[in-house]
Amino acid sequence: MEWLSVEMLSRMQFAVAVFFHFLFVPLTLGLSLLIAVMQTIYYRTGDERYKRLVRFWGRLFLINFAVGVVTGISLVFQFGTNWSRYSEYVGGVFGPLLAIEATVAFFLESTFIAVWHFGWERVSKKLHLASIWLVTLAGNISAIWIILANGWMQNPVGYTEINGVAQLANLGDFLTVISNPYAWGQFFHTILGAWVLGGFFVLGISAWLILQGKQADLFSRCVKIAAPFTLAAVLCLMLVGHLHGNTMSRVQPTKLAAMELLWDTQKGAPFYIFQWPDVENERNAIELIPIPGMLSFLAYSDFEAEVQGLKDFPKQDRPPVLPVFLSFRLMVALGGLFLLLAALACLYRKDLGKHRLTAWMLFLNLPLPYIAIAAGWMLAEVGRQPWIIYGLKRTSEMASPIPASSVGISLLAFTMAYAFLGVVALYLMRKTVMQGAEAPSNQAAEPPSKQVAATPSKPDGGENHA
Amino acid sequence: MPDVMPVALLDPTWLQTVWFLLWTLLWAVYFMLDGFDFGLGTLMPFMARNDLERRIMYNASGPFWDGNEVWLITAGGVTFAAFPKAYATLFSALYAPLLMLLFALIFRAVAFEFRNKVDSPKWRKFWDICKFFGSFVPALLLGVAFANLFQGIPIDGEGVYHGNLLKLLSPYGLMGGVFFVLMFAHHGALWLAVKSAGPLHDRAVAWSRTLWLLLLAAAVLFLGATAVFTNIYASIIQTPPLAVFPILAVLLLLASRFARAGTYLAWLAHAGFIVCVTFFGVLGMYPAMIPSSLSQAYSVTAMNAAASPTTLKIMLVVVIIFVPLVIAYQVFVYVLFRKKITAEDLQRQSDLY
Repeated sequence: MEWLSVEMLSRMQFAVAVFFHFLFVPLTLGLSLLIAVMQTIYYRTGDERYKRLVRFWGRLFLINFAVGVVTGISLVFQFGTNWSRYSEYVGGVFGPLLAIEATVAFFLESTFIAVWHFGWERVSKKLHLASIWLVTLAGNISAIWIILANGWMQNPVGYTEINGVAQLANLGDFLTVISNPYAWGQFFHTILGAWVLGGFFVLGISAWLILQGKQADLFSRCVKIAAPFTLAAVLCLMLVGHLHGNTMSRVQPTKLAAMELLWDTQKGAPFYIFQWPDVENERNAIELIPIPGMLSFLAYSDFEAEVQGLKDFPKQDRPPVLPVFLSFRLMVALGGLFLLLAALACLYRKDLGKHRLTAWMLFLNLPLPYIAIAAGWMLAEVGRQPWIIYGLKRTSEMASPIPASSVGISLLAFTMAYAFLGVVALYLMRKTVMQGAEAPSNQAAEPPSKQVAATPSKPDGGENHA
Repeated sequence: MPDVMPVALLDPTWLQTVWFLLWTLLWAVYFMLDGFDFGLGTLMPFMARNDLERRIMYNASGPFWDGNEVWLITAGGVTFAAFPKAYATLFSALYAPLLMLLFALIFRAVAFEFRNKVDSPKWRKFWDICKFFGSFVPALLLGVAFANLFQGIPIDGEGVYHGNLLKLLSPYGLMGGVFFVLMFAHHGALWLAVKSAGPLHDRAVAWSRTLWLLLLAAAVLFLGATAVFTNIYASIIQTPPLAVFPILAVLLLLASRFARAGTYLAWLAHAGFIVCVTFFGVLGMYPAMIPSSLSQAYSVTAMNAAASPTTLKIMLVVVIIFVPLVIAYQVFVYVLFRKKITAEDLQRQSDLY
């Protein structure tokens, strides 16, 4: 592996682009749902407090949405610019999924986010509410098509090779591609991960504002909505994760063996609580506290099942072991923590202000769902190596015939531009949170309420007392 | 018998032709819509005299630019799906310009979203600069890229590009770039005339008149050069019905000048002009999508780049159902936000850019 080859530079560039993109997207998927719920409450009850909350979370949503959209375009572009041989090979199968995503979902999302953003006081309340639900729906439908595309790279099904490239030979092929069980498992796991992140985002920020004594009553309402939602999402996430693990074990034995550090094929394989690999000697340096048969159960829901070890596969067909193992462990450990935190949040949802430790933990937890999601994708994508399409085409065969220097320059540009955008987005989100659910500074600051504040003894108030 | 290909692949080429037309249409709609956003961004530093006017120019694109941009993503996605080889060749050959386009679009988009979030003149100035480059650069690059396509680019039989960024900036390529910048600037001025009132409106009308003259000159120059540098006219002569596009383009360009200033009609006429110009140029390449300047045999065409008939048919069904739907709700949003943007709007509504 040459580090300055087109392949490696392109892989790094795609990694930078996709990890950065997926810092913003999961939040928009989960948060839009919670905003839609809050706006529905506002629509039903007319309670202005919910309107203020919708506007507050909406401002955070829009910052994330903007960055998520533009960084998404760069991914579609990169298939063509950096992986042209891949694009040419798979376009007939993989391309339609991306094209359908744009046509069916992305147009809807981008058009109605504008109606929602600019529609306050300008469109009817009903249309305005419908807009946020359409945005939520379209965003989640978008995810289906994108994950179907990624799922095809993980488990290529429903294609026929014609003239050296993958093609859909008939409608049945297409139906096979869109019903790919691997992809659907991955979709539900991803979407639930996004909802968990959205839920913890609302919980973390609400907890912090409650701790600061800023509009504690207002943000307690968010906790009451988000805590049960998050707990339910975490539970479903774990269940789906386990089921998806079963599918993955059957489809991608090398990924399973690498993430579990299993070198030798065995029946009734144990799961070790503590492990560390010794890749050079194809064994583990540390194996502590085994749970007999547990790995077989996790992989195949059967304590006696045979699990294939890495040594069964030629070295050039194995993924890099350490990152795959670590990202899996990290994801699972964080998942356990999320279950605990979501349960605590649920338990204390009515008076989080009194349970300051839980509130602090929820606040400090803010970055962790992002890390868990990144770890999950690391497992999915690095674990797929050395294949770009699992078992079918190697990543090394599929890069574009372009000079490495071009990719080096663009990698540098991506890194700098994204670092800058990340800092700016974080700064703006922090600023938005600090302002709380009040009017933002550039607003005409609701002059009537200012007058009320300036003249505390309004005539009618006095009359009432008299 | 050398015929080992499945019969379906040898079948009539109507599907590929339909997809070539749809591909053309997607580009045309993209240019027609995002073109005015690019124009507004390009003109803003020269036309807006204060922050209020700048904000009006931002909000003239306000609820529209995001949906407009999706036409580009769809054009890209459809190229990927329907013509994988064209997608692979085009994007890798034009690596540097495409990534420059991408960065420009990224900074334009966040400029919209971030500019009004911090109350500081320096902050605003920074995003105004981003928006200018994020609008001007794509307009220029798209013009340069399409002019190069019309002319043909040096790709070999493997789709490997034998050129560099400077080679794209040939005289004809640059003429294409200038033509696109002026076309979009004119489009933006006409849009601003519709969306603004008072002095800014008057200025937009005055600018649109000047830009119209410049555009006319650039069009004559570019279309004249097209006869020298490309085979587009030859293919028009071969298929006379195609002549309807250049003729309509001329008429619509005239109509955009002589329709009442500041009306949707003037803007629509110019939108039609953009569509006709795109059809004229892109259909003039047919069946080539990326003509090779090295040898005609290396050209990527709608026939040799197309995905299987099954893919094309499935995508056709998707497009037939969803694109009219997209057009319907986008028209709905344009109608919904049809009013002029005024200073009072900016004061009253905190959500505006």
